[in-house]
Amino acid sequence: MEGTPPRILVLLPAYQEERSIGGLVGSLRERYPYDVLVVNDGSTDRTSEAAREAGATVLDLPCNLGIGGAVQTGFLYARDRGYGVVVRIDGDGQHEIEDIAKVLDPILAGRADAVIGSRFLGETEYRGSIPRIFGIRFFRFLVNLTTGYRVTDPTSGFFAINRRLVGFYSDHYPSDYPEVDAYILMHRLKARTVEVPVRMYDRAEGKSSITAFRAVYYMVKVTLSYLINCIRRFA
Amino acid sequence: MNRITLLSICASAGFLLYILEMVRRRKLREEYSILWLAGSVVILVLSLKQTWLVGIAHAVGIVYPPSFLFLVGILFILLILIHFSIAISKLHQMNKKMAQEIALMKEKGMDGASGDPSIGP
Repeated sequence: MEGTPPRILVLLPAYQEERSIGGLVGSLRERYPYDVLVVNDGSTDRTSEAAREAGATVLDLPCNLGIGGAVQTGFLYARDRGYGVVVRIDGDGQHEIEDIAKVLDPILAGRADAVIGSRFLGETEYRGSIPRIFGIRFFRFLVNLTTGYRVTDPTSGFFAINRRLVGFYSDHYPSDYPEVDAYILMHRLKARTVEVPVRMYDRAEGKSSITAFRAVYYMVKVTLSYLINCIRRFA
Repeated sequence: MNRITLLSICASAGFLLYILEMVRRRKLREEYSILWLAGSVVILVLSLKQTWLVGIAHAVGIVYPPSFLFLVGILFILLILIHFSIAISKLHQMNKKMAQEIALMKEKGMDGASGDPSIGP
């Protein structure tokens, strides 16, 4: 155990979120004493300026890397600057920031290496579209079958991880739907994971980046990459 | 089982395993392996299920069923090439963007080491 409490970084990947990011960063800074990092994934709107004006540190990627690449950039930053815990939430206001405390708790108590916020635990107001729910169920089946975890929300992008996982993800982080793949990585690392109930809302602004055709492609790609991660060696 | 069937089964199965091994060793990214895998699975299945191959070949008016395998192979190769052309174009675009960003950063005196000068370590 370390004597001093770990430094905590809140990481928000953002792509074309000029309308929500400023307010979100503002409320985070008001509510929590943690540093806020926005990774701007090559937005062409005012995402970067809005985040900076609201008091976040901003990393501007020169081109769009996709969600996995953007989040991994944040992990690299956290590793280099010696943060002990990273909380990752969406930059579009879908995640209830009041629940950050709940996601942090088990990590700060040393009971978990990763805490994932689930929209399906406890009372839920979440109403996703049918394909989305189908995708979530499919990945839930896949993850629970192969890891023995009892996961309810395998695509949740609301999670906190400790230094060990930050270091690992800095080197190995999947690109599309990284959260599903991350489960097999955590399983292979024998990481202790906990799910806690969190609130998620439908998108306030902007559009989800997933269209129907892409959804099928991602299902295939993520499943392939997941299954291969089951038999990969991690040095 | 005739010799061409055996050859086609061995070749497509071997190919399939080779691609999977390349992905496992991270020499090939998943997104670039999907078409290769799909192509070899289709050819493998058609080689194993002779009746399907003959059925489809006759349905589209091909007299010699194994040539339908060539057709499938060529179609997949075309798809893969188009996919690569698109991927290369995207990489070209990103590469240009990156070079330009670096040039602008150098001019500002932010070339690497210190990162954003306003943030302490």
